[in-house]
Amino acid sequence: MRQKLIVIGAGMASGRVIEHLVEQDPDAYDITLFNAEPRGNYNRIMLSPVLSGEKTYSDIVTHDDTWYAEHAVTCRFGEHIADIDRVAKTVTSENGDVLGYDKLLFGTGSNPFMIPLPGHDLDGVIAYRDLEDTERMMAMGPEKKVVVIGGGLLGLEAAAGMAARGADVTVVHIMGHLMERQLDEAAGYLLRKALTEKGITVKCSANSKEILGENGHVTGLSLDDGTVLPCDLLVMAVGIRPNVALAQASGIAVGRGIHVDDQMITSDADVLAVGECVEHNGAVFGLVAPLYDQAKVAAQTLQGQTASFVQKELSTKLKVTGCDLFSAGDFADGEGREDIVFRDPARGVYRRLVIENNVVIGAVMYGDTADSNWFFGLIRDKTDIADMRDTLIFGPAFQGGTPLDPLAAVAALPRDAEICGCNGICKGQIEDAISAGATDLGAIRAVTKASGSCGTCTGLVEQVLAHSLGDEFVIPAAQPMCGCTDLTHEDVRRMIKSQRLTTMAAVWQECAWKTTCGCHVCRPALNFYLLADWPLEYQDDPQSRFVNERKHANIQKDGTFSVVPRMWGGITTPDELRAIADAADKFGVPTVKVTGGQRIDLLGVRGEDLPDIWRDLNAAGMVSGHAYSKGLRTVKTCVGTDHCRFGTQDSTGLGIKLEKELWGSWTPHKLKLAVSGCPRNCAEATCKDIGVVCVDSGYQISIGGAAGMDVRETELLVQVATEEETINVVKAVTQAYRENAKYLDRIYKWMNKVGLDWIKSRVVDDLNERAALVARFELSQSIYRKDPWAEHVARQSDTYRPLANLSLEAAE
Amino acid sequence: MSNWIDIAALQDIPQRGARMVKTAHGCVAVFRTGEDEIYALDNACPHKAGPLAEGIVHGKAVTCPLHNWVISLETGLAQGADEGQVATHPARVEGGRILLDITCLRAKAVA
Ligand code: SRM
Ligand SMILES: Cc1cc2nc3c(=O)[nH]c(=O)nc-3n(C[C@H](O)[C@H](O)[C@H](O)COP(=O)(O)OP(=O)(O)OC[C@H]3O[C@@H](n4cnc5c(N)ncnc54)[C@H](O)[C@@H]3O)c2cc1C
Ligand code: SF4
Ligand code: FES
Repeated sequence: MRQKLIVIGAGMASGRVIEHLVEQDPDAYDITLFNAEPRGNYNRIMLSPVLSGEKTYSDIVTHDDTWYAEHAVTCRFGEHIADIDRVAKTVTSENGDVLGYDKLLFGTGSNPFMIPLPGHDLDGVIAYRDLEDTERMMAMGPEKKVVVIGGGLLGLEAAAGMAARGADVTVVHIMGHLMERQLDEAAGYLLRKALTEKGITVKCSANSKEILGENGHVTGLSLDDGTVLPCDLLVMAVGIRPNVALAQASGIAVGRGIHVDDQMITSDADVLAVGECVEHNGAVFGLVAPLYDQAKVAAQTLQGQTASFVQKELSTKLKVTGCDLFSAGDFADGEGREDIVFRDPARGVYRRLVIENNVVIGAVMYGDTADSNWFFGLIRDKTDIADMRDTLIFGPAFQGGTPLDPLAAVAALPRDAEICGCNGICKGQIEDAISAGATDLGAIRAVTKASGSCGTCTGLVEQVLAHSLGDEFVIPAAQPMCGCTDLTHEDVRRMIKSQRLTTMAAVWQECAWKTTCGCHVCRPALNFYLLADWPLEYQDDPQSRFVNERKHANIQKDGTFSVVPRMWGGITTPDELRAIADAADKFGVPTVKVTGGQRIDLLGVRGEDLPDIWRDLNAAGMVSGHAYSKGLRTVKTCVGTDHCRFGTQDSTGLGIKLEKELWGSWTPHKLKLAVSGCPRNCAEATCKDIGVVCVDSGYQISIGGAAGMDVRETELLVQVATEEETINVVKAVTQAYRENAKYLDRIYKWMNKVGLDWIKSRVVDDLNERAALVARFELSQSIYRKDPWAEHVARQSDTYRPLANLSLEAAE
Repeated sequence: MSNWIDIAALQDIPQRGARMVKTAHGCVAVFRTGEDEIYALDNACPHKAGPLAEGIVHGKAVTCPLHNWVISLETGLAQGADEGQVATHPARVEGGRILLDITCLRAKAVA
């Protein structure tokens, strides 16, 4: 006798179960198929090609009316099941029909998660799950603006599909890079670049605040930072939740999904479940491969055979033309793992393998995914790769090995990338000069002037020569930045500028970094270069800073910190001194010392107390003295005309003004200034990075002094007549230093490389250039001229405290 | 026997960062890598007891803030020419939470 099987949901998983059943034992069941959607089974994952116009809906129907009729499946489409009575073994459909079952199969899939932002119920706010959603999006042609919240698989397919139809699409993603669950930063960077080239705007680390509407229809999305993105349609693709409501209401055990055992049986022996609605061994599912395995097992269980569902490794691809990415296996959690990284900036290729005990356990690839199946096989079969380790990353075809190309980054530069900033010479002009017979650096300089001025691009010019001439040109050995790259600091700085690299992931990829995320040598340098070159675009990365700059205090040998508040120009007040004394008492500061920089150091403060002591000092009007930073430290002054019988100008006042203009700025190394009121030079201005000596006729500005490991006297840059001009010249020199020097070169070292004349030509002789430098300095200061102490007190004082205190637990 | 206890959310530690946990036998530094792996090591560099939690995290290593020794987060061993090792403790992430094995910390306290 045929038994009655009722299937709830005509989805990708239940469709497979029915297929197996009618093939393997057509007489076992009378099948009734309910579906809330007004249609039968179709290939949901192909909605993306339908959206982009590469396929039509009829192409993706998996079972049509004829098929259901042929296999005697009773279809109740557009009708959902409202209730289940497990004792009577009946289901009630939405219009009240009651039907009996012998076996019941859940295939209810999942519901898209809608973030409950204000305005989420406006018309024009949709998810991306079914044909109706797809049709809404297909209506978005040119002149329509769309915002997609969510930069995962689904969101990006939605974005790419609508962009293909001409819509103006913005993706808003909360995490720092796209598809963070499948991709690492480097691959996420390449993906973002490809989507941007398709005309899609991508906003990462962007937090949605409110959906705006008018007359009940969506008009835009506002973000945390105040940005408003106008839109005609808003698609939320932020995740799915297993659809368990019906199962739960009928008393079947559910967790995150409907609990099933290895046979796909729920807590009720006559009820099975498959697909995204289930939870198996703590896992829930969002890709079809495991659902098909479940379907196979469920069909066998329904036929009284024994089979078991086993979870397997999964791999992901994105169905967006031109974005070839692949990700499989595991990147998180676990000891003893190792990375192999390969980057080819010229082809936009990135590959990374994660290896544990000579077995590949994870792979991310971007750009060239031809070998992805081979790598996936290695992961799935747990192949021992010990013998091919050295060449593994090149894939199966290269199992003989090609060495990495140290010139890859320069080879990848487009012809219009500017190599020599001073003279505006692009790669193409250098290549042309080479073709025209210039075969060494001198000849290139003579013909194009490239590298002839400050000379910091010499390395790149040589690499262009080497790349164009092959073995005929031998590059003089230059010191690379660190073990992560073949490029020097100067090369990397030029790459950042000429290629407009605005994130660390971009630098790692386009400069062919050999590691996944740099090291303690390159990361602080890159962080500085990026924030100096792109103050508005780049987000400072505290994790790439040495502890002193991350915690805004100087670490001591015993792990405590020193705290130095600013004393503008060395001037203080009784109130400030009292506040310092009070703070020293309150926080048990063991040492209070007058520094060599005309201010007071509180030494030996506990890390946990930092926000509290800063709060007190802030309350008395004091801010960070940046005694820890590669940035503006002190501006020493002497008493000048205020009190001194020899003073020629107000040196104290000018020092304070300079300090107030320059404080907060980050520089390649520390930056110390001094202003002396007369050539007796009591503020020691002539051994500072920038020194001002006041004279009757004005202000002598000199640069390049030091009194540390090297003792140097400054060299005269220019004498000017007014305070205002002094301040501008100082800002311009500082900005030129910030834009051009190697990280950890003080001004005198930088000056030795580029020459005082080169600096003079920009900040003294060329008034336009001086003004431009001042403007760029001011732009950067609009972001950085603020007190980091106050910001940390307000926003992240928690991070200074221990994460947990287990002293009690552990002692139990 | 292990005895995992929930310390904090994964997000409480920044990527490529660390936070410190106080225990009866001293401070333990809990690190989160760029790939969201979690490691726990004694917060004392084998060189001169520098606070490793304040170092720069790169790959699966941390650079001590005091004199730049590079310590493997997996083994606690000093890398390169430097010699020394710091104790590591079992740690893992589950459902976005950081778990530490308290048994191990307690055993250490007794030993
Ligand atoms: C506190 C202070 C000594 C004092 O008690 O007076 C000091 C303390 C340190 N100096 Fe200094 N320097 C201090 C004035 C100086 C001066 C004098 C000056 O600024 O007028 C110099 C020589 C002038 C110069 O810089 O050219 C000076 C030249 C150095 C150097 C050598 C720099 C060089 O380029 O050769 C270093 C090492 C470095 O920066 O790499 C250094 C580094 C250090 C560090 C930050 C070492 C470190 O990395 O931990 C010391 C921090 C101690 C601590 O734990 O707080 N300190 N240091 C002075 C703070 C001034 C302030 O108010 O901010
Ligand atoms: C646009 C898009 C692209 C995708 N791309 C990929 C991809 O490239 N690769 C991949 O592996 N996966 C992809 N997926 C995921 C994949 O489609 C799902 O994993 C799969 O469809 C889930 O199958 P299912 O049978 O569990 O549920 P579904 O296919 O969602 O089917 C469930 C059905 O049950 C119905 N239902 C729910 N409750 C009731 C009720 N009470 N009564 C009656 N009917 C009910 C629903 O209406 C629905 O039709 C994609 C998904 C989408 C939306
Ligand atoms: S001279 Fe400066 S760096 Fe050296 S011990 Fe003194 S404070 Fe420290
Ligand atoms: S204490 Fe860590 S390197 Fe010296």
